[in-house]
Amino acid sequence: MFEPVLTKDIQIPESQEIDYYLSRGGYEAFQKVIKSMTPDEVIEEVKASNLRGRGGAGFPTGMKWNFVPKNTDKPHYMVNNADESEPGTFKDRLLLNGNPHLVLEGTMIGAFAIRANVAYIYIRGEFAREARIMEKAIAQAYEKGFLGKNILGTGYDLDVYVHRGAGAYICGEETGLLESLEGKRGWPRIKPPFPALEGLFRCPTIVNNVETLSCVPLIINRGADWFKSIGPERSPGPKLFCLSGQVKNPGVFELPMGTNLKEIIYEHGGGLLNGKGLKAVIPGGSSVPILRPEEIDVSMDFDSLAQIGSMLGSAGIIVMDEGTCLVDALLNIAHFYRHESCGQCTPCREGTYWAEQVLRKIEHGQASEKDIDMLEEMARHINFRTICPLGDAAAMPIMSFLKKFRDEFVQHVRAGACPLNSQL
Amino acid sequence: MAKQATETEKAVEFSEAGQKELQALLARYPDKRAALLMVLHLAQREFGWISQDVMKYIAEQLELPYGDVYDAVSFYTMFHTRPPGKYHLQVCHTLSCALRGAHQICQHIEEKLGIKEGEVTPDGKFSFVKVECLGSCGTAPVVQINEDYHENMTVEKLEQFLKTLK
Ligand SMILES: Cc1cc2nc3c(=O)[nH]c(=O)nc-3n(C[C@H](O)[C@H](O)[C@H](O)COP(=O)(O)O)c2cc1C
Ligand code: SF4
Ligand code: FES
Repeated sequence: MFEPVLTKDIQIPESQEIDYYLSRGGYEAFQKVIKSMTPDEVIEEVKASNLRGRGGAGFPTGMKWNFVPKNTDKPHYMVNNADESEPGTFKDRLLLNGNPHLVLEGTMIGAFAIRANVAYIYIRGEFAREARIMEKAIAQAYEKGFLGKNILGTGYDLDVYVHRGAGAYICGEETGLLESLEGKRGWPRIKPPFPALEGLFRCPTIVNNVETLSCVPLIINRGADWFKSIGPERSPGPKLFCLSGQVKNPGVFELPMGTNLKEIIYEHGGGLLNGKGLKAVIPGGSSVPILRPEEIDVSMDFDSLAQIGSMLGSAGIIVMDEGTCLVDALLNIAHFYRHESCGQCTPCREGTYWAEQVLRKIEHGQASEKDIDMLEEMARHINFRTICPLGDAAAMPIMSFLKKFRDEFVQHVRAGACPLNSQL
Repeated sequence: MAKQATETEKAVEFSEAGQKELQALLARYPDKRAALLMVLHLAQREFGWISQDVMKYIAEQLELPYGDVYDAVSFYTMFHTRPPGKYHLQVCHTLSCALRGAHQICQHIEEKLGIKEGEVTPDGKFSFVKVECLGSCGTAPVVQINEDYHENMTVEKLEQFLKTLK
């Protein structure tokens, strides 16, 4: 039987307090690490756990930490990415609110592993309450002597700071985030150099997602083998699935990685709202390819979703019932990416603008079938031609909606109106 | 004209607590520029919005060209370059919220307050904008009023809540 570990205590009001966290074995992992392990041993343990990044790409965390050079004079930085902005994703907010010390302890162990003496928690600006909660958690950790100079007499120094964003999805992208942390507009950088070599203030930097880092204290406490025993071995661990849209019980569900998507929607989510039929599911945040109802009998892990041509992404599952107009839904998504494009690359800036325009025409029945082909062509032109993956994130939904639900687009064009009279 | 004179006379300056906070924020980073977003948040809390004078003041404090401050302010959506209403209604209209009735909420606000997106009521009490995903899609639709999230919003709930605002 799987027991939630990341979100076990979040309903308890005291869970934000350090004394409560300590009474549950909190900060034991951090103490173990700084007192009895070398940074490389920590990296090895995380590598052995097969932990893969929860921020969207599923990159192996231990391997990423290993990219940080071992003998530089430059300072190293750890950054916890709490920008959480991919539509359909709301899991990190839950951890920041209900388990802030786990988030902090994970950040601290990560910092130790990559030999950083400073860590930043980059929190999206709208999460004002969450920023206050994390500030308080950090202050409590200083009071207990877990942060500061020569921590618990080990000789290790670490400072952790909150940094607030100010409303820009693109600052979730790691290099956009670093620019934003440096006080600039969030324009993503051309890679290479990768942040592990040249990141914040041009120093070696690791950016990890809130949920990724929250897994680390658990791995240290319970061991890599325990972690690996949950879900598929190549992408294991407890996982937060975000369920939203037209389901009875939306919310965050902590389940083993690899839980079946159908089970999440119908058992944990209670099925569709008002007993309606299912039309489509986006399994991993608004940028990932959409699934048809016959495709949802799938294991929710990085590899299984890739196999069927979609992605686990941020595990933001968006459910749409039979009454939803998918042209309007895609228009909504296209609007989002147009609004959030930083404007640096022409294919992304222009492509997202025109995609929204054409989709609006289709939705309102003012387009021809040629426009549908043009839309597809446009998406193909954005894909893989940009500085950061936002361009791809904008193009993927367009290509997948057209591939799987082309009929609905054609119907709009032929009817000269939205057959569902949609108002999303 | 007289009004303008008083405005320029009233120099922009952080309160004592604000100055202290500014110093604490500067200590978080190896260079002053990196503190910019945090200092802008502080300024918005102290002054309500980010005027040109506020930008100039921050530029001086951080030893930055005015243009660098302006560049950041114009890039991020959360900094107000005009005074917002006392209650700033930010309605999420991204997909998960749209699927749960964000459109009706927006319509209701427009009818009730008689303002369109981006406007402020003449008495300065309310302003209304549509925003992108607030990271709370499981409790859609979501309306953020000033800093607070109001989740599982309905037209009735919103109506009730607006009545309580003085
Ligand atoms: C446009 C865009 C937006 C992103 N937004 C986020 C985000 O909000 N939170 C996040 O953790 N990662 C986000 N990412 C992924 C980050 O770039 C980065 O890969 C991630 O934080 C690494 O953490 P992980 O290895 O723990 O997954 C985004 C990526 C792109 C391209
Ligand atoms: S792909 Fe889009 S968001 Fe990314 S850097 Fe280019 S213009 Fe900016
Ligand atoms: S779509 Fe509204 S909070 Fe995410």
